[in-house]
Amino acid sequence: MEAWNGFKGTKWQETIDVRDFIINNHIPYEGDGSFLEEATERTKKLSHKLDGLFELEMRFGGVLDIDTQHVTSLLNYKPGYLDKENELIVGLQTDRPLRRGVNPFGGLNMTRKACQAYGYELSEKVEEEFLYRTTHNDGVFRVYNEEIRKARHAGIITGLPDAYGRGRIIGDYRRVALYGVDRLIEEKKKDKEALAANPCDAETIRRLEELYQQINFLGKLKDMALLYEIDISKPANDSKEAVQWLYFGYLGAIKEQNGAAMSLGRVSTFLDIYFERDLREGRYTESGIQEIIDDFVMKLRMARHLRTPEYNELFAGDPMWITESVGGMALDGSTLVSKTSFRILNTLYTLGPSAEPNLTVLWSKDLPESFKDFCAKVSCDTHAIQYENDDLMRPIYGDDYGIACCVSAMRLGKDMQFFGARANLAKLLLMSLNGGKDERYDMQIGPEMPVYEDEYLDYDKVMERMSFYRDWLASTYVKAMNMIHYMHDKYAYEKTQMALHDTDVHRYMAFGVAGLSVLTDSLSAIKYAKVRTIRDENGLIKDFETVGEFPCYGNDDDRADMIAVEQTKLFLEALKKVPTYRNAEHTLSVLTITSNVMYGKKTGNTPDGRRAGEPFAPGANPMHGRDKNGALASLNSVSKLEYRTCKDGISNTFSIIPAALGHTWEERRKNLINILDGYFARDAHHLNVNVLDRELLIDAMENPEKYPTLTIRVSGYAVLFNKLTTEQKKEVISRTFHEGI
Amino acid sequence: MNNDSTADRYIDRPSRGTLGRIHSVMSMGGVDGPGIRCVVFLQGCPMRCAYCHNPDTWTADGGELMSVEEIAKKVLRYKTYFGKDGGLTVSGGEPLMQADFVTELFDRMHKEGVSTCLDTSGHGCVGEKLQKLLSKTDITLCDVKFTSEDEYRRYSNGSLAVVSDFLSEASKAHVRIWIRQVTVPGITDDTENIKRLTKIADRYGVERIELLPFHKMCIPKYESLGMEFPLADVPECMGKKTDELSRLIPDRYMT
Repeated sequence: MEAWNGFKGTKWQETIDVRDFIINNHIPYEGDGSFLEEATERTKKLSHKLDGLFELEMRFGGVLDIDTQHVTSLLNYKPGYLDKENELIVGLQTDRPLRRGVNPFGGLNMTRKACQAYGYELSEKVEEEFLYRTTHNDGVFRVYNEEIRKARHAGIITGLPDAYGRGRIIGDYRRVALYGVDRLIEEKKKDKEALAANPCDAETIRRLEELYQQINFLGKLKDMALLYEIDISKPANDSKEAVQWLYFGYLGAIKEQNGAAMSLGRVSTFLDIYFERDLREGRYTESGIQEIIDDFVMKLRMARHLRTPEYNELFAGDPMWITESVGGMALDGSTLVSKTSFRILNTLYTLGPSAEPNLTVLWSKDLPESFKDFCAKVSCDTHAIQYENDDLMRPIYGDDYGIACCVSAMRLGKDMQFFGARANLAKLLLMSLNGGKDERYDMQIGPEMPVYEDEYLDYDKVMERMSFYRDWLASTYVKAMNMIHYMHDKYAYEKTQMALHDTDVHRYMAFGVAGLSVLTDSLSAIKYAKVRTIRDENGLIKDFETVGEFPCYGNDDDRADMIAVEQTKLFLEALKKVPTYRNAEHTLSVLTITSNVMYGKKTGNTPDGRRAGEPFAPGANPMHGRDKNGALASLNSVSKLEYRTCKDGISNTFSIIPAALGHTWEERRKNLINILDGYFARDAHHLNVNVLDRELLIDAMENPEKYPTLTIRVSGYAVLFNKLTTEQKKEVISRTFHEGI
Repeated sequence: MNNDSTADRYIDRPSRGTLGRIHSVMSMGGVDGPGIRCVVFLQGCPMRCAYCHNPDTWTADGGELMSVEEIAKKVLRYKTYFGKDGGLTVSGGEPLMQADFVTELFDRMHKEGVSTCLDTSGHGCVGEKLQKLLSKTDITLCDVKFTSEDEYRRYSNGSLAVVSDFLSEASKAHVRIWIRQVTVPGITDDTENIKRLTKIADRYGVERIELLPFHKMCIPKYESLGMEFPLADVPECMGKKTDELSRLIPDRYMT
C-alpha cells in the first residue's frame, strides 16, 4: 500500500496493532531541542486570533456561546473553522469556535441547568426530542437505593459520574490514521461474525449490539470528515493527513461524549514516524512540521464541554484532560522519545503556556539526558507539565499505554475503565465514631450503632469501628458504581471511542479516596497523642481536643506514613469484597482534582486539628504546612504509598520556589532532574511540578489582567490560574511551597 | 536523654559512638553546595556575626544529641535524589566546633558513596583535627564574611587570618572550595571588597564565588529569643545588587 511506503514490519499490517507499527518504525532521538523551530507568521496570526477568542470567553463569564438547538453528535453541525483559508488541520466540535453544544445523554436536567447558568434556555426542540428518551442520569436514579442517595447527599461519596459522561476512556485515535476507517469497520464486522458462535446469553447480545453501534459510528466518523471534504476511509498518506485523520477520530469522540476526561493517548511518537518520513523525502521542512503540530494543538485547546457551576466546583478551570503521554521507554530498551516529543512540548513556547492538552511526561531513569533537561526547562518556564513513572508502569502495562485524565494508566485500545469519583476517608472516620451519623447534617447515613462512648479515643477501638463502616462504605460505593456503569453502557455507550478499541477489552473499575492525609494525621494523633472527644447536646462527637505531639504524614516518619499505606490497603480490600459490573478489576486512586476544597467544606472537625470546612490537601499530598522536614522528606512519605494498591494513580503536587531549587536556571534544571530521578527511583508514581514564588500567585490573584496565561499544576492537571474560584486560588496559595533554608 | 553539660558534648559513648549536637535536619537544600543536598545543621557557634540569620544555633548546649549512625540513617534516606553531584552538607552552627563528629559522619558517607560538603566559617578547629576532617571532605563552602581583619573584629568574633589558614589547609587537602559572602549594604557591597574577595579566591584555587543578598527574615527568630537584631536598621539587599557585584568577579568563579 502506497500510504505505508517505507514503513517496516508486517504484523501491524495483518492485524490492528499500532504498537507493533511504532516499535518497528520509531526513531529514538537522543539530541537536544536546538532543532526546534519557532512559530511561523501563519501560526502566530491564528494563535493571536484564538487568544482573542479565549479572552472574550473569559469576559463572557467562561462560556462564549451555546448552540441550544442541536444535540451534539458527529453529524449535527455544519463544518466550523477558526480561519478556513489558513488552518492546516480542520474540524470543530460545533459550527463555530468555542461555541458549546448540548449533550443531554448524561442527564437532561444538568443540561438545562448548564444553559441557564450562562443565560440560555435549552430549546423546545431538544426538550421535545428528549421527552421520550431515557438518559444515563434517568437510568441511574431509577435504580439508586436510599442508602446510596444518602451517602451522596452527605458527601461521603462525591463526584459520581451519574449526571454527566464518565469519560476516562481513551480511543486509540492513531488507528484512524494508520488504517483508515474502512479497514477498522471490516475488522469489527469480522469480530461481530465471530461472536455469533458464542452462547446466546445477555453478555453476548449486549456485545453484539455494542459492535453494531461501533460500526455504525465508524460510518458516521467518515461522514463527519466528508463534511470537511476529507475522505478518511483509507490510511493517511503523509504528515498532515496523519494528524488530520487522528484528530478527526478524537473530534468524533468529543462530539459524541462529554466525559469528564477525554484523553488523547500517546500520539507524538506515532506521528513522528510520518513526520520523519516526509522530512527525509523533502515533503516538509522542520518549520512546516511544527506548524502542523501547532495547528493540531490549537484545535485541542479549543475543545470545550458545557458544564454546570456545581461541576466546576469539583473540577475547576474547565478541564478536558486531553492528556497526551510523552516519552517513556520501549520494552526493547530503546527510548520512545522522538523529535516530536520535543515538538509537542515546544507548543508551550510557540503558542504560549496552556493547561491543555495535559502534557504528561512518562519518566524513566533511562530517558535521554537532553530530553530530561528539556522537560525540566519546560517545567521551570511554564509549570504546565506533569511526570509519571514509566519504570513503574511499563512492567505492568507494557510500552504502549497512555494516561487517562491525570494518573490513570491504560493499555491503548486494550483497556478501558469505569471511572468513579472518590470516597471521603476523613468523613469515614467521623461517621465511624458517630455510629453512622453524619457529623454535619446529624443524619443517619450508615448502619446505626451507639456513638463512641469513652471520652478519650483509643486507637484499636477506633480501628475496629472503622473496619465495620469501611465495609459498609465500600459496599455502597461499589453498588453505586455498578448501577452507574450499567446505565452508562445502556444509555450513553461510547460508540466512537470503543470502536477504536479491540473488541475484547480489559475493564477496570476505578475507585478513589480523598482526605487520606487528614485521616492519617488524625489516626496518628489518636495513636501517639491524647484525643478527647467533644460532644454536642445530643451526644454526637463534633470536635476534639488533642494534647501532645504526634507525627504527621509528610515527614518521612514511618509511624505516620505507614498508617496511610495501611488505610489504602484496607480500603482496596474492602472494595474487592464486592463484585463489580462486567467483572471489572477493582482499582484505587489517591487523587482529588480540585474537589479537595469541596470535600473539606463537607467535613467536620477532625482529630488532627483541622477545623470543619477547611480544605483537604489535594490527592496524596501531606496537609499544608505539616511537612516540616523539607521537600525530600515530603516526597519520601508520598512515595511509600504502594502503586500496586493504588493502581489508578497516586497524585502528588509539588511546588518549590526557584531560589530554593538552585542559584541559576541551569542548576535548577539539574536539581529538578535529580528530584524526579530520586523520587521515581523510590517507586513513586506521579509528580506535578510548579517552580514559582507564592508572591507571584498572590499578585495574580489581585491583578488577574497581568497574568492572562499563568498556568499552574493543581492535582493531576494544569489549570489557567484565572479560571479558579477565589476559594480555590486561596487554597492553592496556602499549600506548602518548599523554600529550603 | 542524659544530663549533658557543654563539657561532655563530644564524649565517646560505647553504646552510640561519637555524638553530635544537632540543631535540625532539612531533607533538601538546592543551594547548599553542588546538586541536591541533605543539610544537617549542627548546634553551637562562637562567631556571633551581626547579620546571622540562625541565632538559635549559637548556644553550645542546645539541640539534640545524636550519634553518627542516627544521622547517617536519616541522610541515606535521600540517597536516590543525590545523583552524581549531590550529597550531604553539614552546616550550622559551626561544624568545626564538632570536628570529630563531622569527620566520622563524613567517613561514614564516603563508605556509602555519598559526597560530603562542609559549610563553615573556617573557625573552630585547627591542626591535625582539621586536617583529618578535610581528608574526608569533598567540598567546602567557606563563608568569607568580610575581607578585612578590621571588619571581622567589628561585626563578629572571627578573624580573617583564621579563615586564610582554613582555606590554605583545604587547598592543601585538595578539597574543592566555594567561597560565599553575604552582601550587606554599607558593609560588603563595595567594589573594593569584591576585589579583595577575588584575590583571596585566586590565592586558594577557589572554584566559585557566591554572593548571597542580606535579608531580614530572621527578625522574628531574634524576637522569639528575646534578642535584638543588630542590623535591624540596615536595608535588605536586592538581588539586583548582588548581580551587579557579581559582574565584577571574573567569569571563572561564576560557574
